[in-house]
Amino acid sequence: MQQYAFDMRNISIRYPHFAMENLNLSLAKGQVLGLVGVNGAGKSTTIRILMGLVKADAGQVDVLGYQLPAQQVQAKYDIGFASDDMRLYKNQTLQWHMDFIHSIFPNFDHGYAKDLLQRFELIADQKMKGLSHGQRVKACLLLVLARRPKLLVLDEPTTGLDPVARDEVITELADILRDDERSVLFSSHNTHDIEKLSDQIAFLDRGKLLALQDKESFVQSWARFRCQLLPQAQESVLGAVSIRRSGQLAEVITDQCSSDFAVVLHQAGFKVIEQHRMSLEEIFVANVKRNR
Amino acid sequence: MSDGLFLSATDKKPMYEQIVEQITSKVSLGNWPANMPLPSIRELAAQTQVSVITVKRAYAELELSGVIVTQPGRGSFVSAQPDLQQQLKQQQLTQQLQQLVELARQLQLTDQQLLAQLQQKLESQR
Repeated sequence: MQQYAFDMRNISIRYPHFAMENLNLSLAKGQVLGLVGVNGAGKSTTIRILMGLVKADAGQVDVLGYQLPAQQVQAKYDIGFASDDMRLYKNQTLQWHMDFIHSIFPNFDHGYAKDLLQRFELIADQKMKGLSHGQRVKACLLLVLARRPKLLVLDEPTTGLDPVARDEVITELADILRDDERSVLFSSHNTHDIEKLSDQIAFLDRGKLLALQDKESFVQSWARFRCQLLPQAQESVLGAVSIRRSGQLAEVITDQCSSDFAVVLHQAGFKVIEQHRMSLEEIFVANVKRNR
Repeated sequence: MSDGLFLSATDKKPMYEQIVEQITSKVSLGNWPANMPLPSIRELAAQTQVSVITVKRAYAELELSGVIVTQPGRGSFVSAQPDLQQQLKQQQLTQQLQQLVELARQLQLTDQQLLAQLQQKLESQR
């Protein structure tokens, strides 16, 4: 029995304007991994390599115990993939698509599909060309979710959805958390959605993995301090990621937050006025800036 | 949903802390009686749309503070300590006293001044 949902090792790939070198990324079974990155960071490339849609120049990809791309046919029975640029047959109905998927994947659950139709407010007899963007995204998700795949890979699942549709999608994703056999990888630049459901967070920038950590320690270790500068304030503080000064005040960001850090700050001549938690988005931006 | 929690992403408190607080208040109010089985970590995560790791952390904290007990393989239960509700209220009082002292320090009150104000308050509520 494999303990990883997937394991990517030493992945390198080179395009004319993009390079990824020695990427290592893995996900334990039963966990949710959120992949965060700006446009062009390599999120989709990572997902495409994982799906066997693109072959890496070097490295090993193991998904649900199968080697990719060699064993991708077997692996794909248990993988569900949806991306926002996925095309459906525009002259066919959603029902036709459901039957089509069922003909390939025998485990397609029509009962669950029916529930999803209702919850996503979709109509089975409607042709794809009449659907709005949000309805199309939900239709794609329905086709994938109804197979109850062991590994669900979602490339920007909530991009371009209105708040209500996004909430519907998140609710369905949350339902997967009940099953400890199922794993999810999803990419987004909406860090709010990722922050909510993910156990693990990966930050990707310019083809490099900046960080991979469990969410709780991530959010715990970063903090922002608003300080008053004392006359003897030093230039730098050990453990500070960034220090911005404005007159008598300074803002210090750290990725090593503990009760000791306030003491360290004080010794360096920074009198703490306030301490704030940082959102995942702020942590991401600070992380990218530090590494560029 | 009788055992539902109300979590908010815009709350200043982190999610795990919100879970800890709400379960603690359910227990101290007696809504969740002693020995009641808690929803499994995955069940609560799915229900509240919060990641599994966050609920895990909340349950760990609840166990540490004695509100729940976890039996490996069986799940978590509301602690059966006879004076749990009393203890929780005492913890709350200690916390609020801490905040009181911090506020007084920020206002640069002397110990006497703080005690005098407390005394005054106690008398007025008699």
